[in-house]
Amino acid sequence: MKNLLGREIPDYIDGYGQVKPFQGSFSNCGVKTRSAVKLTSVLPKDQKVLPSLDDLFDRLKITDGMTISFHHHLRNGDYVLNMVMEKLAARGLKGLTVAASSIFPIHAPLVKHMETGVVTGLITNYLSGPVAEAVSRGRLTKPAIMQTHGGRARAIESGDLKIDVAFLAAPTADTYGNINGVYGESACGSLGYAVADAEYANVTVAITDHLVPYPANPIEISQIYIDYVVKINSIGDPQGIVSGTTKITKDPVALIIAKRAAQLIKASGLVREGMSFQTGAGGTSLAVAAELKKIMQDEGVIGSFASGGITGYLVEMLEEGLFRSLLDVQCFDLKAVESYRDNPSHQFMSASMYGNPHTKGAVVNNLDIMILGATEIDLDFNVNVTTGSSGVIMGGSGGHSDTAAGSKLAIVVTNLMKARLPIIRDKVLTVTTPGESIDAVVTERGIAVNPRRLDLLEQLSQTQLPLMTIEELKQLAEKITGIPKPIETSEEIVAVIEYRDGTVIDVVRKVKD
Amino acid sequence: METLRRSMLFMPGNSPRMLQDAAILGADSIILDLEDAVSLTEKDSARILVREAIKTIDYSAVEVIVRVNPLDTEFGAPDIDVIARVQPHTLLIPKANEDEIRLVDKILTKIEAEEGFPSGGIKIIALIETALGLENVFNVIKASPRTVGVLLGGEDLTADLGIERTKEGEEIFYARNKVATVCRALKVDAIDTPFTDTNDHEGLNKDTARGKGLGLTGKAAINPRQIETIHSVFAPTQNELKRALRILEAMEEAEKEGQGVFSLDGKMIDAPVINRAKRIVDQGVRLGLISGEGGAK
Repeated sequence: MKNLLGREIPDYIDGYGQVKPFQGSFSNCGVKTRSAVKLTSVLPKDQKVLPSLDDLFDRLKITDGMTISFHHHLRNGDYVLNMVMEKLAARGLKGLTVAASSIFPIHAPLVKHMETGVVTGLITNYLSGPVAEAVSRGRLTKPAIMQTHGGRARAIESGDLKIDVAFLAAPTADTYGNINGVYGESACGSLGYAVADAEYANVTVAITDHLVPYPANPIEISQIYIDYVVKINSIGDPQGIVSGTTKITKDPVALIIAKRAAQLIKASGLVREGMSFQTGAGGTSLAVAAELKKIMQDEGVIGSFASGGITGYLVEMLEEGLFRSLLDVQCFDLKAVESYRDNPSHQFMSASMYGNPHTKGAVVNNLDIMILGATEIDLDFNVNVTTGSSGVIMGGSGGHSDTAAGSKLAIVVTNLMKARLPIIRDKVLTVTTPGESIDAVVTERGIAVNPRRLDLLEQLSQTQLPLMTIEELKQLAEKITGIPKPIETSEEIVAVIEYRDGTVIDVVRKVKD
Repeated sequence: METLRRSMLFMPGNSPRMLQDAAILGADSIILDLEDAVSLTEKDSARILVREAIKTIDYSAVEVIVRVNPLDTEFGAPDIDVIARVQPHTLLIPKANEDEIRLVDKILTKIEAEEGFPSGGIKIIALIETALGLENVFNVIKASPRTVGVLLGGEDLTADLGIERTKEGEEIFYARNKVATVCRALKVDAIDTPFTDTNDHEGLNKDTARGKGLGLTGKAAINPRQIETIHSVFAPTQNELKRALRILEAMEEAEKEGQGVFSLDGKMIDAPVINRAKRIVDQGVRLGLISGEGGAK
């Protein structure tokens, strides 16, 4: 069958099940239910702290085929996922599904577990490094399921994703399971992506390298969700968890793109009192924040909030009074961690509060301006941030689809050509975010506005901005690069791309060797 | 309309990515460099790359200048022979002297005839970077009617003079004066030497203003991030524009009434003041600061 975007997807996918096709960004909303949680009451005499991981696994009774989950706040410095998988493999377990909010290069040992059948399923929002490569080559038994940050919280809360055991890496935990991410050697700041796991898993374990006397202060995730606490030597490498600083790019082309994007935002009329803004931590995205800052200062505008993964640059904007608050699901650098810990205007949000479409309103719904990246965009404005130029998985939505759907103005900023390849294609190889939620594409050679946004086009036509159709932009790039040969894939489906509402927006097929 | 040359951005001729993006960085002119930016082993490939770039890439928004190697090296003659045949707007001739400019002019005339290009179409900018070139700059410019400007090369010049090059630039005060005066006399552009600390925008601002204050008309840049600062220094201010527009309005009034010399705000307005006002308004129109009809935007 074909879904709304014309993507050819089977009705039923082995290892995934019946497919609910994507039918539009908000078609699967309305009355929804949250799943009930199974739990074991903890009594006054019970102790939660266990002496070692081995004691933990003796107690847990994990069996073949279970689903275990992890959060990705320790990013490419995470030791916990590898450590747990090593123990489970040593105990001879098979057929496990790993539901990790993101997978990074540090998780390379998972490839071995996939090949030996210890792990047969993978559910994640972002997939990079050797595991992504292995999934793309068909090394995982079942197709990987790629979700969005908001979509993962939705799946867990609705019961679509049932977690048997959640392992929460905890930079600080007390003896009764209260957790925070702001103290300890492995401090990572906000623990927004861990909340749904803690609240909905059948069993939840806090794994910490910084065990403090009861009660931990502050409490980000409460004791009422935690069954066990285990102290180990180190949960992560601080170097890989948060970078010391996030720098704005010096690349002249990226700076031109950023300036154009900021001019577009200004022309849209959204730079006004109470405005809200989100951008990624990438060089160009951050440069947009810098350009927007100048405009806000010139106009004397104070924004209500900036959200998302928070960088030091957004912290500076908060401290300079350009925003009243930050809503933080994840901290990208040390400055963000410190601000989150010390500044009451820098607030926590869970992944569900951030982007879950089946709540009584996610933060993305309040977002005015969203700056997004892309590896490919097509003539329908569909965006691919999942597969790279060779067809291999190199990312995933993360919050891309969530913020694009929610925000009033979703702008993709990108070079028109990357590594000699044009970015605008007739059809993207993989749809991550549907074109209906993308409003404009800003490149160094021109700006294309989605024809669905006639109002925006009208506003921008009063400016000097270099407006073009997306077809013209495509031709401009192809004049220099030529038209690349299509990537050859086989029929075998290696990953299923779920939109935030749980419908299937696309699949990734195995690349031919 | 004359070419506007506030900024000239150097781009290495051996970098495909920079050649690809050179036109969109905002500079008035781009200098595709085959000389100092390219090592001896890459001279041939850079020459071919620049030729193909000019043929393929849309540079219509900028003036394309190619800095060829000096004619007294083995690379100079083939550079001109290959590059002139794809019709760049301008060649930048390093270590320029009178004889060399004359020779380049002759070669270009021959190539233009062979290719059926309009004679004299390819322009020349003389890079003045030796003591002899500086002292003889008047004759260097006069050596070819193609010469549309001079670029002062502060680094090589101070090396030739055996003096230290400083950020403050006191040592090139004379050179800037000389180039500015001669260029104004011969009505060609006088382009200032680049400011080499690419992270010091305040320093760049001062250095650009110093050159402008001595009569230079534009400045070379070695990094795209310098362009905005250079343009902001060379743009006429709103006050300058307003006054220039008022002078021209008053002139029109005076002409209607048949007056040759007239006064505005109690000051006598004569030909030099009018010419200056015309230049400022012309620049304002070209920069989009005022509309073509002369009204403020």
